[in-house]
Amino acid sequence: MVGGGRSVLERSPLHRLPDRLLKWGLTGLAAAILALIAYFFIRLIGQSSGTFGLSFIFGNHWAPQINAYRAAAMLVGTLITSTTAMLIGVPIAVATALYLTELCPRRARTPLSLLVDLLAAVPSVVYGLWGVFFLAPKLLPAERWFANTFSFIPWFGGGAGTIAPTNYFIAGLILAIMILPIVSAVSREVLATVPNEHREASLALGATRWEMIRTAVLPEARPGIVGAAMLGLGRALGETIAVVLVIGDAPDIGKHWFDQGYTYASVIANEFGEATGLHRSALFACGLALFVLTLLVNIVARIFVNRSARGKSYGTGDQGAVAAGAVAQMT
Amino acid sequence: MSTIEPKTATRLQLPRISARRRTTDRVMRALLAAATMIALVPLVLVIYYLLKEGLGSMTSAGFFTQDPTGSFFGQIGGIRSALLGSLEIVAIAAAIAIPIGIGLAVFLVEYGGKGSKPMRVFANTVRYFVDVMTGVPSIIFGLFIYITLVISHIGGNFAGWKGSVALSLLMLPIVARSTELVLQTVPDTLREAALALGAPRWRVTSRVVLPAALPGIVTGSLLATARALGETAPLLFTVAVANALTFNPSQQMNSMPVQIYNDILSPRSIVNSQAWGLGLTLVLIVLILNLVARGISRKSRSAGS
Amino acid sequence: MSNAAKTDEQEATQVSTKSAETTTKPGTRQADPAPASAGHSVSVNDLHAYYGSTEAVKGIGIEFAANQVTAIIGPSGCGKSTMLRCINRMHEEIQGARATGQVTLDGLDLYAPEVDLTAVRRLVGMVFQKPTPFPTMSIAQNVAAGLKFTGAKNVDVKQRVEQSLQAVGLWDEVKDRLNSPGIGLSGGQQQRLCIARTIAVEPEVILLDEPCSALDPAATLKIEELIAELKAQFTIIIVTHNMQQASRASDTTVFMLDGLVVEHAPTKQLFTNPKDNRTERYVTGQFG
Repeated sequence: MVGGGRSVLERSPLHRLPDRLLKWGLTGLAAAILALIAYFFIRLIGQSSGTFGLSFIFGNHWAPQINAYRAAAMLVGTLITSTTAMLIGVPIAVATALYLTELCPRRARTPLSLLVDLLAAVPSVVYGLWGVFFLAPKLLPAERWFANTFSFIPWFGGGAGTIAPTNYFIAGLILAIMILPIVSAVSREVLATVPNEHREASLALGATRWEMIRTAVLPEARPGIVGAAMLGLGRALGETIAVVLVIGDAPDIGKHWFDQGYTYASVIANEFGEATGLHRSALFACGLALFVLTLLVNIVARIFVNRSARGKSYGTGDQGAVAAGAVAQMT
Repeated sequence: MSTIEPKTATRLQLPRISARRRTTDRVMRALLAAATMIALVPLVLVIYYLLKEGLGSMTSAGFFTQDPTGSFFGQIGGIRSALLGSLEIVAIAAAIAIPIGIGLAVFLVEYGGKGSKPMRVFANTVRYFVDVMTGVPSIIFGLFIYITLVISHIGGNFAGWKGSVALSLLMLPIVARSTELVLQTVPDTLREAALALGAPRWRVTSRVVLPAALPGIVTGSLLATARALGETAPLLFTVAVANALTFNPSQQMNSMPVQIYNDILSPRSIVNSQAWGLGLTLVLIVLILNLVARGISRKSRSAGS
Repeated sequence: MSNAAKTDEQEATQVSTKSAETTTKPGTRQADPAPASAGHSVSVNDLHAYYGSTEAVKGIGIEFAANQVTAIIGPSGCGKSTMLRCINRMHEEIQGARATGQVTLDGLDLYAPEVDLTAVRRLVGMVFQKPTPFPTMSIAQNVAAGLKFTGAKNVDVKQRVEQSLQAVGLWDEVKDRLNSPGIGLSGGQQQRLCIARTIAVEPEVILLDEPCSALDPAATLKIEELIAELKAQFTIIIVTHNMQQASRASDTTVFMLDGLVVEHAPTKQLFTNPKDNRTERYVTGQFG
């Protein structure tokens, strides 16, 4: 590298170039990603203006034939199916996380965790396929029984005469299955950050295994587990294909749990094909509403997960890395 | 300090543990184990029904060699265009998302963590938003590409490559975040040793850090690819429906998830059967990718990284 | 015998009407040892402990005298912590770990097949190397944590908390902030809090696994003083890698090497006139 009269220590200025290029190139790339997100927001808002507004969100009248677009039914359906998914899925997911972390014999831990994680590998359209042809018909008698037996509870029961095979409940149930792996995986990561010394201290005081979990592990892990549940919620809110196949796609607010309904994501998937003009703009508005909803939920979720995920660092002390690791592998 | 009263002499007995505590412990442990088994039931059922309903269709003649006819009577054809279409669309998406994702990760780890305050703030912002991107529903990505590329009629209406772009948006955060994690586990001492030998930063990154992180990067990429193969919603808005086989990405292409979706909606039960067969095919591909990815990650971890 | 079926916890060693008054003499310390009372001795017989296929304790027999402080010293890896954890059966909590042999507490076989682990740990308490107050609990809740498990129907929890905190010398320092988080205390205070937590359930034996290694010298001294007081009521076994601490704080010392007991003698004797050559080399710092 020495030429002419240059000393050994001098380097040609060109030497710095690749480094500089790389650094600023990558920085530009990162900035471009941020710009992309902002750009999308703006375009989406633009495309949905005209239909978006308070009456859009809270009014209930969706009739494309007469250009009426009030999407309360979609909001309600989104919330009902997601809530159902949380009620069913989160307890089971947290229970599996507790079992796999605290109670499972070491040899069984990896294969069982793998199996739970594989639930996330099944594509949503396959869940929809399975839901439509297997789950919905199979559960119909059970749903009738439930509606009859609990007919005294409003909205949960009493609709036995009008049970549709595709309804809020089935959609919520399939969503529960779909969010189970992510809630479980993130919960597992969170539980792993509880220091072992606390478990030992609790056992040394004479606690049974369950008492140890209840007093030393769960209280510390609670914020993180809440975060995990919210990540699941975010996933449930936006799930499209599985839901559109099993919710019945009725643009009205269903009268009970086993009635048909609609969600933001489903209406977009269903009606986009032939939509033009105002109809299309209304569908974009649904997309905007969904986007904002999932963004909010995800942001709050990460606050909770980061709050609990102390201690386990990957060298840079990035708490979000714990959840992101699980999330990146799960979503 | 106060005195402690010494105990009087008594005979030692083991304190009895109340039956209530013992029962609670046993019941809760059983419940937790049961919940884990319950969680696995859907997986078992899905795979079982896929095999039961789909194996026949998948092994029927012409399944892999013919294209779907889409007609309302007569032959239904096979799924060839869907399979090949998916592979091509996802391959293009991966070709976009993986390099960009790795680049983002390299930025975040090698340049974003150090350096001036504004740089670090910027890097943290980027990391945060990439993180949030993992939670965005896939249908939103479809909408995005629809708005930016389809409506504006860039390069025709619906096209395979536009679907690829939508899928790459979905894959990007997954690749970026998992690569970032792996890069962070590469010990700093390795970087320092290379720098101490006089290598410029970019060489350290490309010749030392990235190769060390390779198994993890491959894992993340495979998982992202498996995810992309199964996505329907982004393709609905960007690639639409096509039955014929084509390798030209600027045309409408068929894909497995969209084909399954349409097959489910078809009134012909024999077409529904084909949905099961195609679903089985898709799940097999995705499962293999997942298991390979996890196998790589586990082997690299046990080899001691 | 009172109706044992009714109470949640029948502590045979504690008369249920015991009021356990404490005489508070702020600022004074109990200097002389308490009159000889019936403490309980621990007896270890032919103990082998394994981690999977590795044998860490290779056949140990020791008598730990009642109401005395026995120190266990030895180079790292000699098995002293493992042996300690066999006494309260914490060793087997590690996956793949097991122990064979016999450990008796005043004749009571702790490894008998029908014995409930949680009962053993109520009798044999343990303080760990790193102070571990439960972070989501207040000071008072921390001390009462062990009592919560047993249902503590016969016990006035508040009183027991105060007693325990007094016994470890923390009461005056924290009595105004019993509801503040346990982790808000200094390291030495936290460790004393953990000791208070341990003695709140009124065990017979207290095991301490290098309790001062994470503490500064001032805090260490305080804990050593505390141990000297506690032996009046408990039998104490302390594992330490600090030989000065062993010689200061213990009555008897056991020197372990490579999973076996090399020498077991009154502390003064072991340090000034060891019988075994290896002991002498260790205490003079020639290895370990």
